[in-house]
Amino acid sequence: MNAHLLSVDDLSRDDIERILGRAESFAEVSGREIKKVPTLRGRTVINLFYEASTRTQSSFELAAKRLSADLVTIKAAGSAVDKGESLKDTVQTLSAYDPAMIVIRSPHAGAAALVARWTRASVVNAGDGKHEHPTQALLDLYTLRRRAGSLEGLSVWIVGDLLHSRVARSNILAFGRMGCHVTVCGPPTLIPRGIESLGCEVRHSLDGLGQADVVYALRMQRERMQGSFVPSLREYAAQYQVDGRRLGPSQLLMHPGPVNRGVELAAEVIDSPQALITEQVESGVVVRMAVLYELLAGRGAPGAVEAPDRTEPQPA
Amino acid sequence: MSGLELDRQAVAPATLLVRSARLLDPRARLNGRADLLIRDGRVAEIGDALEPPVGAEVVDAEGLHAFPAFVDPHVHLRTPGREDEEDLETGTRAAAAGGFCAILAQPNTHPVVDSAPVLRSLRERAGVEARVPVGFMAAITVGQTGELLTEMAELADAGAAGFTDDGLPVRSAGVMRLALQYQRLAGRTLALHEEDPSLSGAGVMHEGAVSALLGVAGIPSVSESTIIARDCDLARFERGRIHVQHISACGSLRVIELAKDAGVAVTAEATPHHLLLTDEDVRSLDTNMKMNPPLREERDRQALIDALRSGVIDCIATDHAPHAREEKEQPFELAPMGVTGLETAFAAVHTGLVLPGVLELGLVVERMTAGGEPFGLPTPRLEPGAEANVCLVDLDAEWEVGEAGYESRSANCAFAGRRLTGRVRMTIAGGAVAYRERTFTLGAVA
Repeated sequence: MNAHLLSVDDLSRDDIERILGRAESFAEVSGREIKKVPTLRGRTVINLFYEASTRTQSSFELAAKRLSADLVTIKAAGSAVDKGESLKDTVQTLSAYDPAMIVIRSPHAGAAALVARWTRASVVNAGDGKHEHPTQALLDLYTLRRRAGSLEGLSVWIVGDLLHSRVARSNILAFGRMGCHVTVCGPPTLIPRGIESLGCEVRHSLDGLGQADVVYALRMQRERMQGSFVPSLREYAAQYQVDGRRLGPSQLLMHPGPVNRGVELAAEVIDSPQALITEQVESGVVVRMAVLYELLAGRGAPGAVEAPDRTEPQPA
Repeated sequence: MSGLELDRQAVAPATLLVRSARLLDPRARLNGRADLLIRDGRVAEIGDALEPPVGAEVVDAEGLHAFPAFVDPHVHLRTPGREDEEDLETGTRAAAAGGFCAILAQPNTHPVVDSAPVLRSLRERAGVEARVPVGFMAAITVGQTGELLTEMAELADAGAAGFTDDGLPVRSAGVMRLALQYQRLAGRTLALHEEDPSLSGAGVMHEGAVSALLGVAGIPSVSESTIIARDCDLARFERGRIHVQHISACGSLRVIELAKDAGVAVTAEATPHHLLLTDEDVRSLDTNMKMNPPLREERDRQALIDALRSGVIDCIATDHAPHAREEKEQPFELAPMGVTGLETAFAAVHTGLVLPGVLELGLVVERMTAGGEPFGLPTPRLEPGAEANVCLVDLDAEWEVGEAGYESRSANCAFAGRRLTGRVRMTIAGGAVAYRERTFTLGAVA
C-alpha cells in the first residue's frame, strides 16, 4: 500500500482486509465511553473540502480526533480559495505547517493525485469529482461484511445514476476486488459508455434484480433532470425505484446517502431491517480511523516503526 | 489562387555547402549521399564533391540526413493577447528548431484576427520577429462567434493565408454554407475545426472505457464525424474548398475518404499526438494529454496511420498550442485544451512510427512537408533552382523531451519526458539559416 489513498485501484485485497480488520478493532473503542486513543498525538491532519459534505467531512473529523491528531478543516467558502488561490498554492501553503495528512474533497477528478504530487503529507481522496471515493467503498465493504459475514461470491447490483457517481466507480472496483459479482443497472443515458471495462455487467432493467444478494441504490440528483438524462423523476421512479415489491425479503439494501425518499428508494425499504443505510454512516468513523492509522502509523506508513499487527488501542 | 506571401524578419540569404548529407526528397526522387550547394538562398547544385564558393560556410553533414524542411499549417502563436504563452519570436524559433520552414498561425487570439488592421499589424511584427516565414489565418466569423462572416475579401487582400474559426466549430450549417459561397469571391481555403458542441458538451477527453473509469465527461467520436459529413456535403454542393483540421476519429476518416472519392475539394491533417497516443495515456489525468479533439482509442490511432499512408490524410500538422504553466497545473477538468508540438513533431513520429517499421521515412517526410499545399503554398523541394528550405537531421541522436528546456515559451508538450530518437541539427527556411543546434559544430569556412 502506498503513502496515499487516492483510488481503490491502489489497494490490494490484502490491504483492504487489513484496513477492515483495523476498523473492527477501532469499533471496539467506539463502544467505550471515552472513544479516544493516543496514536496520532502531535500529528496534524488537514481536511481540505472544496465541496460541501456532511457525512464524509464529519466522519473524517471525528476519526482524526479519536486518534488524537491535531485537526484543521478548511472549506472552500471563506478561505483563500474564494480569493482565487490555486489548488497548488493552497496545498503548498498548508504543507508549510508540515501536516502528516491532507484529506481532500474536490469537484474535480484527479485533484487528490495532484495534491499528492505537491506535498510530503499522506493524501487521502475524500471524493474527486465523479472519479472516486475510496473511503466510501471501504466503509461499504466493512458494513456489508459485518452483516453478510463474507463478501466472496455475493451478487451486488448497483442501481441508478452511474454516470455522475464517484461512489459507483469506487464500489465497482472494491466489490470486484473482494470477489463479488457486480451488475450495474440504470437508464442507458446514465450508464457511461465503456463501464463494463471496470469489471461489471450492464443492465437497463430491474427485471433480474431477484438474483442480487445486495442492492446498492445510488442517489438520483434532481439537477440531472435539466440535462434531460431522464424524462422525469416520475418515469425514473417507475422504472428504477427500489421498493417493497422489487426488494425480496432476503436481499440487503445499501445507499451512500443522502436518500431522495420516493425517488430511488421507497420509504418502506429505507426503514426496513434489510437496509444497512444507518450502519453505513456509523461505519464511516471507524473505517476512516483505520485509513488514517494505516497511512500514518501502520504498515503502509513510510518510515514508520513496524507497528504490531493488531494493536490493542489504549484509551487516551 | 493568387500567390500568398509569408512574413519573416529580414535576413541575409544563405550561401553554404552541405557536405556529405544523405539527401531524401521523395518528390524529387532523391535518396542518397551527396553534397548540397546553396547559393544566395537557393538550391544551386546537388552532386558529388562540390566546391564551396569562396568564403562560403561548409557544413559537415556526415551522418546527417537532409530533408526538405517541414511545413506546419496549424500553429497557435498566442499573439496578440497571450504573449506570456508564446510570441511570434519564440513560436517561430520553436518551429525552426523542429525543422519547419513555414507555419500558419491560427486566428483565435485576443483580439481575434478578424479584421484587416489586426492582420496587418501581425504581419508587420512578423516582419521583425519571425525566425521562419509565417502566414496568418483569419477568422471565418467575427469574433469567432459563428454568426457574421468576416470581411473575407479584404482580409484575403491583406494577406490572410486562409480562414478558420479553429478552437471552435462553425456551429451553424447556414453560416458554413454562406462562408463557402463567399469563398468564390475571397478565395483561400476554409480550415475547419470539426465538432458538434451539442455532442461534445462539457467533455474533456475521449468518451470510452477510460473516461468511464475516470468519471470525466467524454467527447464522443461522432461529435467530429457528423460535422465533417455535413461540411463535406456543403463543400460539394457549393463547390468550395475545405481543409479538415486535426482529425482524431476513424469514423471521420471514412467520411473524408468518401468525399475525396466523390471529388470534393477536401484535404485533411493529423497531429503527431493523435498518431502516437491514445486515451490510455490520459489515465493518469496528465494535463499535457488534454487537447481538443481528444486522444482517442487504439483503433482510431491505427486508422489515422493507415489514412496517412494511403493519402486520405494529406499532411501532418502539430496544432502547437502553448499554455501557461499555472493553467496546466490544475485538475484535468479545469486545465485548458492543447499541447505544444513543434519541437517534437518529427522526432516523435520518427521514434514512434518510422523506427518500428510502421511507416517509411520517405512517406513521413512527404506528409510533413505537404502542409502548405491545401493553402496554395509551394512545397519545399531539394531541387536546383528551388528556394532553400532544408533541415538537417541526425536520425540516431537520442534525447529526452524537455530535458534542456524548450525554444517555445511554454512547456506543455505531449511528449514531455519521453526519450525520442532523431534530432534536428539545422534548419534553413526561406533561403536563410533559421536554426542551428547550439552544440552542433560547424565545419571550417573555405
